Amino acid sequence: MREIAFRDALNEALAEEMERDESVFLMGEEVANYNGAYKVSKGLLDKFGPRRVVDTPIVELGFAGIGVGAAMGGLKPVIEMMTFNFAILALDQIVNHAAKLRYMSNGQLSCPLVMRGAAGAGGSLASQHSQSLEQQYAHIPGLKVMMPATPYDAKGMLKTAIRDPDPVIFIESEVMYGMNGEVPEEEYLIEMGKGDIKREGADCTIVTWSRAVHWSLQAAEIAAEQGIDVEVIDLRTVRPFDKEIIAESVKKTNRVIVVEEAWPMASVGASVAEWIGRELFDWLDAPVGRVHQRDIPMPYAYNLEPLSLPSAEKIAEAVKKACYR
Amino acid sequence: MAEVMEMLALSPTMEEGTLAEWTKAEGDSVAEGDILAEVETDKATMEMESFYSGTVLKLLAEPGQTVRVGDPLVIIGEEGEDISGLLSELGGGAKPAAKAKPEQAEPEEAEAAPEDTRESAPAAAEEAGNDDGRRIKASPLARKMAEDKGLDLASIEGSGPGGRIIKRDIESAKAAPAKATRAAAAAPSAELHAAAGISEVPGEQQPLSQMRKTIAKRLVEVWQSTPHFYLTMGIDMAAAMKVRKDINAQLAAAEAGYKVSVNDLIVKAAAAALAKYPAMNTGFAGDSLYAFDEVNIGVAVAIEDGLITPTVRNADQKALGAIAREVRELAGRARDKKLKPEEYSAHTFSISNLGMYDIDEFMAVINPPDAAILACGAVKQVPVVVDGELAVGTRMKLTLACDHRVVDGATGAEFLNELRRNLENPMLLLV
Repeated sequence: MREIAFRDALNEALAEEMERDESVFLMGEEVANYNGAYKVSKGLLDKFGPRRVVDTPIVELGFAGIGVGAAMGGLKPVIEMMTFNFAILALDQIVNHAAKLRYMSNGQLSCPLVMRGAAGAGGSLASQHSQSLEQQYAHIPGLKVMMPATPYDAKGMLKTAIRDPDPVIFIESEVMYGMNGEVPEEEYLIEMGKGDIKREGADCTIVTWSRAVHWSLQAAEIAAEQGIDVEVIDLRTVRPFDKEIIAESVKKTNRVIVVEEAWPMASVGASVAEWIGRELFDWLDAPVGRVHQRDIPMPYAYNLEPLSLPSAEKIAEAVKKACYR
Repeated sequence: MAEVMEMLALSPTMEEGTLAEWTKAEGDSVAEGDILAEVETDKATMEMESFYSGTVLKLLAEPGQTVRVGDPLVIIGEEGEDISGLLSELGGGAKPAAKAKPEQAEPEEAEAAPEDTRESAPAAAEEAGNDDGRRIKASPLARKMAEDKGLDLASIEGSGPGGRIIKRDIESAKAAPAKATRAAAAAPSAELHAAAGISEVPGEQQPLSQMRKTIAKRLVEVWQSTPHFYLTMGIDMAAAMKVRKDINAQLAAAEAGYKVSVNDLIVKAAAAALAKYPAMNTGFAGDSLYAFDEVNIGVAVAIEDGLITPTVRNADQKALGAIAREVRELAGRARDKKLKPEEYSAHTFSISNLGMYDIDEFMAVINPPDAAILACGAVKQVPVVVDGELAVGTRMKLTLACDHRVVDGATGAEFLNELRRNLENPMLLLV
């Protein structure tokens, strides 16, 4: 099978969906003439023209608001946030409007928009440009949150997000755009809310998503050398998250580590761990483990950033502890 | 590695046992399966076997001491092994069963269990500044596995952090009997005694035997939870008494070494009637009715300080002589407190007979899980009316107590009529 980059998988998803449905359009900072800050929208302006690939000024709240209005009016906007660190500025439109429209209009209105862009640490970008803020959206009823970890998942999930009748927050890890992976030529979709077993194992489950999937897979290799067989579950969608896949795995392994790039307090990982502790209580042989970023602003220093982030070694250590080794 | 053996639940209802005697002394070597001690349970005196092989390092209870199920009783290990750490962890061995320990009501017991009654006297364990042993740390999975496998967590060494018992410890643990189900005790409290002015009358307070405690507890439970109704019927026993006399004469001539009693006739007659009326051979099981496939008759036997009901299994399929011999043998061992648990459980119907005490008639308390109990009075010569004429008859009064949750008056009455037919036509008992 051919291998393409994560950014190209997203590009294909956008192109295919814009081809398929005329109401889909893309807007954001630098998406048109510059081909996107991360080159995700490369060639789309030439292909679809300036009515459907729209450059915006640096006003996150403004163009998010235009997106909400367009979605209410029947279009399907894909709003690119150059970075989710500054999508915070658009939270009012997303949280107070997009998420609530279907409910507050008693189903008369819907808001089929996708807000997508880069998030997480990218290698010495300092505190304001290195955050993983998925919990801001996962906390809100009315929003769906998707976070792919591979080119294959990225393409199938973005197509699903664009077709979804409700607002979807689609978060891409900044460091993954150049990552290559197998993506088939033929069309496919990945179901909203369905996790994926990225590695099968019998002794300990890791539940994770986005960039942390890769740390976890490396951790599984380290654990394997110590004779611990780790299962890695990629949730892919963090709201709603796939409870069945977790339950099935934990019932098999009796041990679980929740791994995320974000901070520990009030995070998606905290909610997942809480659910496991409550619903799978009788299946647990060890406390639910967690690995996350240190609870401090991200240091700018190049050598300190990895110390703050989760790593394969830290996860392998948590696995070992959960297995009483 | 020294192992601690706890007081085992030697009967389904046992919550504590009194150590009658040690059959091994400290320093003796012991193999798995060897008899370690004799323990007086609520039902019988039982032999307790060792789970481990090694040397008896420490006996943690004195003969005569009452020990709760699950409390440490003896340490077995390698000769000369240092067990000081283990001893301090155990907090000085078996605790005398504290009178005032509130019992745990089992959630499975659907009936509303009476509230725990705490006595005002502090438990002995509390006086010693110990909250009744250590908290057992175990993972949720380990707890569930132990419960499923019937393992007592207290007997398992945890290998997790801080001694937490985890999955692998359960997997490698030997199957041991689980703790006996603890039902709520409905004992009157000390305050109640005080209110009744009991302390104002001179007298001696005596401890209850295990059997007395069990009888007291179970009968209160039955009495409070089971709606009894009673059906009394007079039976003409003339023919039965004649048949019995003939049978016993023949048995004596053949030097059989046993006799057939009136009660044996009643056991046989009742078993045959139960086979014909299976609705009487049932039990109430909370949200369902339990229809028993066997006719097993519990025969109440008075023994020193209590009573017990050894069970004649499949009595409907046994000959009168077989029943007579079996009841004799079981009753003998019941008086010696040598019955095994399976010999006094699994009854489906019970019979209590006070005829030998010249009692005319009485009402018995149902013996769970049975739906009924038959109370038999004495066989007596009484004036009867036959065809308008006064005559001398041979009569016995039977009173059937039924659990109205499963049996209705008509059902009980039909069964009683069948029972009378069997007793008044005793040849039926021989076919």
